[in-house]
Amino acid sequence: MANKTAAVAAPTNKKSWTSYIGEYGAFIALVFLVVVISVVSPEFRTAGNFLNLLRQATFNGLIAFGMTCVILSDGIDLSVGSTLALSAVICAKLIMQGVPAILAMIIALISGTLLGVVSGLLVTKGRLQPFIATLITMTAYRGFALILTDGKPISNIAKSIGDRPNQFAFKLMGKGNLFGKIPIPAILLIFALVVFFFVLNKTTFGRKVYATGSNAKCAKLVGVNITKTKVIVYAISGFMSALTGLILISRLDSAQPTLGDGYELDAIAAVALGGTSMSGGRGKITGTIAGVLIIAVLNNGMNLLEVSTYYQDVIKAVVILVAVLSDRKR
Amino acid sequence: MKIEMKGINKAFGSNQVLKDAGFVLEDGEVHALMGENGAGKSTLMKILTGVYTRDAGTVIVDGKEVIYKSPQEAEKAGIVFIYQELNVLFDLTVEENLFMGKEITKGFGICDKKAMRKKAQEAMDKMGVKIPINAVMSDLSVGQQQMVEICKALMVDAKVLIMDEPTAALTQSETEGLFKLIKSLRQKGVSIVYISHRMEEIFELCDRITILRDGTYVGTEKIKDINMDDIVRMMIGREIGVRFPARDAKIGKEMLRVEGLTKGKTFKDVNFSVKAGEVLGVSGLMGAGRTEIMHAIFGNLPFESGKIFIEGKEVAIKNAREAINAGIGFITEDRKTEGLLLEKSISENIALANLGKISDKSVVKKSKVDELVKKGIDEFHIKCFGPDHECNNLSGGNQQKVVFAKWVYTDPKILILDEPTRGVDIGAKKEIYSVINNLAAKGVAIILVSSELPEVLGMSDRIMVVHEGKITGIIDAKEADQEKVMTLATGGTL
Ligand SMILES: Nc1ncnc2c1ncn2[C@@H]1O[C@H](COP(=O)(O)OP(=O)(O)OP(=O)(O)O)[C@@H](O)[C@H]1O
Ligand SMILES: [Mg+2]
Repeated sequence: MANKTAAVAAPTNKKSWTSYIGEYGAFIALVFLVVVISVVSPEFRTAGNFLNLLRQATFNGLIAFGMTCVILSDGIDLSVGSTLALSAVICAKLIMQGVPAILAMIIALISGTLLGVVSGLLVTKGRLQPFIATLITMTAYRGFALILTDGKPISNIAKSIGDRPNQFAFKLMGKGNLFGKIPIPAILLIFALVVFFFVLNKTTFGRKVYATGSNAKCAKLVGVNITKTKVIVYAISGFMSALTGLILISRLDSAQPTLGDGYELDAIAAVALGGTSMSGGRGKITGTIAGVLIIAVLNNGMNLLEVSTYYQDVIKAVVILVAVLSDRKR
Repeated sequence: MKIEMKGINKAFGSNQVLKDAGFVLEDGEVHALMGENGAGKSTLMKILTGVYTRDAGTVIVDGKEVIYKSPQEAEKAGIVFIYQELNVLFDLTVEENLFMGKEITKGFGICDKKAMRKKAQEAMDKMGVKIPINAVMSDLSVGQQQMVEICKALMVDAKVLIMDEPTAALTQSETEGLFKLIKSLRQKGVSIVYISHRMEEIFELCDRITILRDGTYVGTEKIKDINMDDIVRMMIGREIGVRFPARDAKIGKEMLRVEGLTKGKTFKDVNFSVKAGEVLGVSGLMGAGRTEIMHAIFGNLPFESGKIFIEGKEVAIKNAREAINAGIGFITEDRKTEGLLLEKSISENIALANLGKISDKSVVKKSKVDELVKKGIDEFHIKCFGPDHECNNLSGGNQQKVVFAKWVYTDPKILILDEPTRGVDIGAKKEIYSVINNLAAKGVAIILVSSELPEVLGMSDRIMVVHEGKITGIIDAKEADQEKVMTLATGGTL
């Protein structure tokens, strides 16, 4: 028996070229898009535009990373946009009331995390379907954001911050640059990518997330705490939404209760583009970043080429369809 | 119906699974198909019924060459395959499963529920099984689900019935029922391909036997011209010696004691204990509550009253995590839904159960994973192309070995095995018995739940028999025999 094991083990799994397309499909599509748009639009090729594009990708990117974790665990988080708005509004409110900006920002991040925990608890302890649970929190959080602000934007936040260091910290999030060139949000995006890659691929927690999404019953029997794992992924998603909210209000210097409306759709699209299975257990964070960049490049490129906004949505839909279909062929 | 398969080749990627495989099925015979785990039995049958395409070879049915493009096409021709891995819709009822895709309608796509219920009930009665036809599949035991599958096949008037390890989840008495059914089908001229790893069944039931080894046709013999040793030699190319290897274990102190464990009608007043180095066999009919008792001990099923002691200390285990921390390991009965992350690799499955071992401050160490998984593949002779082999694509027996490996490396003090050799070939079974013996020798207390009587009799120190949730007897293995155990299992007294 033993010698036979060796005989079977010898021919390893040689992958066909089609499976490579499946695995790196999103990257191939990305390169293709970049090349095509570069040829048609000289403006697209400039370093300035590239950094601009990266900054635009940040918002969707940070949220999509959190979303990836949630979807990998066989869930979905529709509340990201509302969580973003509510956290941002909390931060702005606190600043307006004289709380030091750094503290207000930390509180906002904690709030976002806790808002995620609530979704997680509804899914686990409340036994609600993730779609329904986060539909509820999505609606509720948006409502709270509107109540807190009375429906009006909170503007000129930076000016109301008295002391220098706090003002600097607030502005840094959205408007800061490293070496006067590289936008801080872009750096945050890359940093987050590294962290998520590490957590999902190299830690026991990452294993638990994949296992939960793959077969929760089996995972539970080997001692994985399904409830805890799920609550944590929603918490992560909430934290990432809040972080994105901070960058947004820093950039805009105003916090609107309608902030982040519809962001969940772009995030889910990016995750799907990246090849993550919507039923959990399978997917990669590197796929998600490719998905995020595809969407950003498309948006950016179509704007530069002055494609009518009506057509932009249709083109985006077609790209997503093609990418997801080619992914399925694997 | 006569079927002839010749020179069949099939490769998955670069993994050549079948090379020059085949067999001849005569009209109205029960034909056994045997071979080790991964020999290609299921694959050969899947090629016949159009689940997979073949790379080479011919299939001749009643003198005509055919290629079925889908299982539906094969079914129309009268060839029905009851899969090894159950193919049922868990959220639907028995009746809905039976008529899936062939609903009786009143026209305009409106289902004729009444007619379907009646026909389903008739089919069930004909088989002599009592399964409520409006029960939801997921509420049934694996054995009952299996019976529903068989019932589904019988309802389409099959001319050829392929059964891939049908008795793996059935108990003795149900197996007997199934055998009666098979024999009556044979009389009606139905041909049956019977895949099993249980020698006794092959000799009781089959007319001829074909053996595959490493995807290649080895030979076909009449059952009455062949004995068990011949079959084993043809299957693995050498002798394996005694079936149940001797154990050299010292029975030590009590490791687990259960007192008055009760949960409604499921199980009542369960008392037993297991000592270090001891193998306690647990026998009983399907649905007797054996599996539920084990789940309760493992913290996976809440119970109403009763106490559990580990090494003399009372414990309150609320979930699997606490059970594992208390030193219990549990190889569950259903490896597809509970034992494995099917879409994940061998490596990921073994690693998940041993996260503590393969990580350092929550960071997974790739070298440790590789080391552990390599050890598992070698030690348990898992037939695969490497650690990254997806469990879905492993043969049934090899999947079971992965489950075994993942639990053994958690170093349990008490190991509960629920049907650990289900679907495992005779050579691998012996390897698993050796693993059990080695663990016992190291002082692990082992609970072996099994529906295979020879296994319980051959492997246990003591045998506990469960009947309708109650323990009807615990007997010393030296004094036990098939009859005594069956008497207790059916509620009788000795
Ligand atoms: N879809 C697939 N992709 C890749 N490899 C496969 C696939 N299906 C089966 N195999 C491989 O083919 C070999 C034969 O598998 P098969 O299921 O036919 O074995 P078997 O004889 O039925 O074994 P068992 O008695 O354990 O059920 C195994 O090594 C298995 O890993
Ligand atoms: Mg098989």
